[in-house]
Amino acid sequence: MNLSTTGVWFLVLGLALTTAFIKAAGPVLVGGRAMPRQFMRVVSFAAAPLLTALVVTSVLADGRRIGVGADTVGVLVGTVLLVCRVPLVVSAAAAVVVTAVLRAVA
Amino acid sequence: MSAADRESFRRGVRLGLPFGAVGFMISVSYGVLATEAGFTSWQAIAVGGLVFAGSAQFASLSIVAGGGGIPAALAAATLMNSRFLAMGIALAPSLPGGPVRRAAQGQAIVDSSWALASRGDGTFDRWQLFGTTFPQYFLWLAGTVAGAYAGDLVGDPERLGLDALFPVFFVAILLAELKRPGARLVALTGGLIALALVPWTPAGIPILVASTAALLGLAVPETGPEPEVTA
Repeated sequence: MNLSTTGVWFLVLGLALTTAFIKAAGPVLVGGRAMPRQFMRVVSFAAAPLLTALVVTSVLADGRRIGVGADTVGVLVGTVLLVCRVPLVVSAAAAVVVTAVLRAVA
Repeated sequence: MSAADRESFRRGVRLGLPFGAVGFMISVSYGVLATEAGFTSWQAIAVGGLVFAGSAQFASLSIVAGGGGIPAALAAATLMNSRFLAMGIALAPSLPGGPVRRAAQGQAIVDSSWALASRGDGTFDRWQLFGTTFPQYFLWLAGTVAGAYAGDLVGDPERLGLDALFPVFFVAILLAELKRPGARLVALTGGLIALALVPWTPAGIPILVASTAALLGLAVPETGPEPEVTA
């Protein structure tokens, strides 16, 4: 890392301010206005693609490269368990163990 | 706060606890990796407490740990956070009050609470959203403190497989979303858009652009309210 201790504090401050600003922007700019029906329809479908994109990029993307690793298998196991209605905490623990074991033997 | 609001808040807290438990371990990894990169313990903890956004935290950390500067780190964090802009716009009509109160309520947006508080008709149960965020915030902060001070005990988060937690956390939220008619097609399209953009754009952009797949929702025939979400 090339940042000094003061530099890191600037980064911390910058991260806190930009995140707070982004989270405030939607509610403040749109206000409490009722939005058109079509808008609400699109909004109600926004979570699925956002979450899918978060999952596939965190599992398959390493910078700008696409590839699979031990974590891909671990997440797959966790996903199968979640689909089988295994509680999140247990499924997550299984994903961690599978990933760690695969890395240990690789 | 009415009795119904209190009930919504309590339901939110119950929904948030498992996510908080997994979030605790994710923030332990953050605390370990940040102090390893050269952050002081207080700096790592300040990020956990003031930023409270995992994807932005890890994106910015990987940039400065790799020798990058503050502008690049902030840009990466902002791209990862840009989805909160979309979520905030969606949530806006469901929030009361003037600009200051609205800005404050917007701070409660995190992925799990936003997705679970959606009633499926475009409106949100705001007290449930606050409730879901509440335990997650304190567990996130506690995990960061643990990671920042106990890095030597934890060792290398990646060797321990802790990086698998982050995607599983989001899969759990996603599975609840996929129960509604049409959501699978929209999700699949979003995932393909994101993958197609990964080689060509900075991290964060693929996720933001993937949200345009929600426009397909206009083509889905309208049905009654979505089934109750349980986690």
